[in-house]
Amino acid sequence: MASAAPRSSLALPIRGEALALRRGGRLLVDDLNLSLEKPGITTLMGPNGAGKSLTVRMLAGLVEPDSGQVTWAGRAPDRARASSVGLVFHRPVMLRRSALDNVRYGLKAAGVPRGERRERAMAALARGRLEHVAASPAWVLSGGEQQRLALVRALAVEPEALLLDEPTANLDPASTLAIEELVSQAQARGTAVLLVTHDLGQARRLADRVVFLNAGGLSEDTPAVTFFDQPRTPQAQAFVEGRLVL
Amino acid sequence: MHELSAAFGEAFRLISTMDGDLMEIVLLSLRVSLMAVAVAALIGLPLGAAVAVVRFPGRGVVIAVMNALMGLPPVVVGLAVYLLLSRAGPLGDWGLLYTPNAMVIAQAVLVTPIIAALTRQTVEDLHGAYDEQLRAFGIGRRGMIATLLWEARVSLVTVMLAGFGRAVAEVGAVIMVGGNINHVTRVMTTAIALETSKGALDLALGLGIVLLVIVLGVNGLASLMKATTMVRADA
Amino acid sequence: MLRKLAVGLLSALAFAVSPSHADDSFIIVQSTTSTQNSGLFDHILPLFAEASGIEVRVVAVGTGQAIKNAANGDGDVLLVHALPAEEVFVAAGLGVERFDLMYNDFVIVGPAADPAGVSGMSDGPAALAMIAAAEAPFASRGDDSGTHKKERRLWQAAGIDPVVSSGTWYLETGSGMGATLNTAVGMGAYSLTDRATWIAFENKSGLALLVEGADDLFNQYGVILVNPERFEHVKAAEGQAFIDWLLSGEGQAAIGSYRLAGQQLFFPNAN
Repeated sequence: MASAAPRSSLALPIRGEALALRRGGRLLVDDLNLSLEKPGITTLMGPNGAGKSLTVRMLAGLVEPDSGQVTWAGRAPDRARASSVGLVFHRPVMLRRSALDNVRYGLKAAGVPRGERRERAMAALARGRLEHVAASPAWVLSGGEQQRLALVRALAVEPEALLLDEPTANLDPASTLAIEELVSQAQARGTAVLLVTHDLGQARRLADRVVFLNAGGLSEDTPAVTFFDQPRTPQAQAFVEGRLVL
Repeated sequence: MHELSAAFGEAFRLISTMDGDLMEIVLLSLRVSLMAVAVAALIGLPLGAAVAVVRFPGRGVVIAVMNALMGLPPVVVGLAVYLLLSRAGPLGDWGLLYTPNAMVIAQAVLVTPIIAALTRQTVEDLHGAYDEQLRAFGIGRRGMIATLLWEARVSLVTVMLAGFGRAVAEVGAVIMVGGNINHVTRVMTTAIALETSKGALDLALGLGIVLLVIVLGVNGLASLMKATTMVRADA
Repeated sequence: MLRKLAVGLLSALAFAVSPSHADDSFIIVQSTTSTQNSGLFDHILPLFAEASGIEVRVVAVGTGQAIKNAANGDGDVLLVHALPAEEVFVAAGLGVERFDLMYNDFVIVGPAADPAGVSGMSDGPAALAMIAAAEAPFASRGDDSGTHKKERRLWQAAGIDPVVSSGTWYLETGSGMGATLNTAVGMGAYSLTDRATWIAFENKSGLALLVEGADDLFNQYGVILVNPERFEHVKAAEGQAFIDWLLSGEGQAAIGSYRLAGQQLFFPNAN
């Protein structure tokens, strides 16, 4: 069901141009150009400290770059279109209410009419096989369940883009599998996905395209097949072979 | 320790006979202080949350002032409100002096900074954890304030209890603006002050014990509320 | 959950203090704590309420504060025992006219052991002189009240300035009579008090009445209507009705009939 980016897109393409970011005097992201345009899974990879998390947050409009600009469909990110860009953080941030109400909160924020919210929330929970905990307070759920909840909560508003920052880094294999299935389903429905991951295996399983970051700069941006079989840079090569990248 | 056992005896006698005057005084104390906390919360909760969430020039000074105002001496508040409400003062025509409403106003002035400052701290702590996620939802400042206040609700109950404790225990403000008039503006603390000034120390201490029991009761009720909400959520 | 909160809030608000009934007939009398603590008002006010249907609300504070409150217009009637200050009040146009109402007397109380040896004396200044000579602790009101002003006149008559010893044997509590007496009990000190407060005081432990009966220990009470031409909110008719009743045979009899511990505390002396 993969299709080209919809004609009148609200947020796509998400484009970061010449992004730079300093923290504490250090240049953490340097002259980065990255764009997310069409359905498919792009994995953002690189060693620790490469600036992946910051890059995602800049593209999501949560962090202002020191220089360069981020645009969504040609305009700066704004609050009104926030529901077009779904976000899943490294650690799930749950509101102190039931699982169902967490999803309803996201729907309300996106402007979904009150009458539709319950049904859509239940449907979202069902997609994540979480219907049985709909009434449970979100904070009693396990780590894996909470992350699944965060993901279906983000997907419930049917965003055009989905940005995930190492969503399965702390999860057990079963939860990881569940998350990956949901991400694949989202991609199949036409969502443009940017997935930050540490996990080579996960990247191999999911990626259509790989963006490799090293020391704040973009090293490679190639189709997945090319990246894994013929990485162009020595850093990428080291990474693929499981060696430490310096 | 004779005084203490006599005091407990007095307290027991007062409570068990449901002394009419005592009931009147207790009811008035509760009405005045609860109303004052309600008013203070109406102002202090959104104010504290707003200061926590919104960045503006001079924010540090505002926070310092809010924190400092927690230490407002009740007698000073009483004097200030008296000067406002006195017939010789700007609001004299409203005829509020020596009425329970004046006492509510004075205690609300006293308690609002406490609620605002503690809310600010509580919400600011939460803000750090929730900010990016809420902005990712497209939530603006007002939504952020409302959401964080709700998220903090368990802690905020404690904040309001702190405000209530301050209100129900103070005497300086209510005695100035209320006048400790028998059957009209006499509350527990002013009654205790009166009995003390009459040398009736046993009765004064007894009333003090009754006051403590009331405060314990209110706190107990709040804990019960918290517990039942937790239980329901686990359904 | 939300419903529970809403119900709770609404009941709290409904519980709220009802607005004062402006149509209820009441007046505010600014008086002193000693008069209040003696129990006199509890005795006479119901009698007046029955006779007139007017509720009297007494704000009992220190003399200075009572006069100041009345000077701000925060009362309808002023009832204190500070003749010079009362006359100034009327002269300034703040009150209509001052009437003698009742009297009692001051007494000196002190530790039963009586280190200064003043027991049984009836000469105020002389007794104070002996207390000063013995440097025995003395608890003073120190708050510019009628009692305090009387105390100062007695020291003056004795030719002594006790304030130079403030903080040593002369203790200025800056408080009402009851609080000052509590301090006197706590420190085994002498003190000047009006008889009514002393009799009504329930914490005498260790203190005894030592000096009484002198002419200069006389304590006169006066009553004044706050000037309605100066303060338009004054309930002149009801206030005057109260004063008239107090000065009438009925009121004077009510005052004279008040007993505590079998003793008459106030002696009516309206003209």
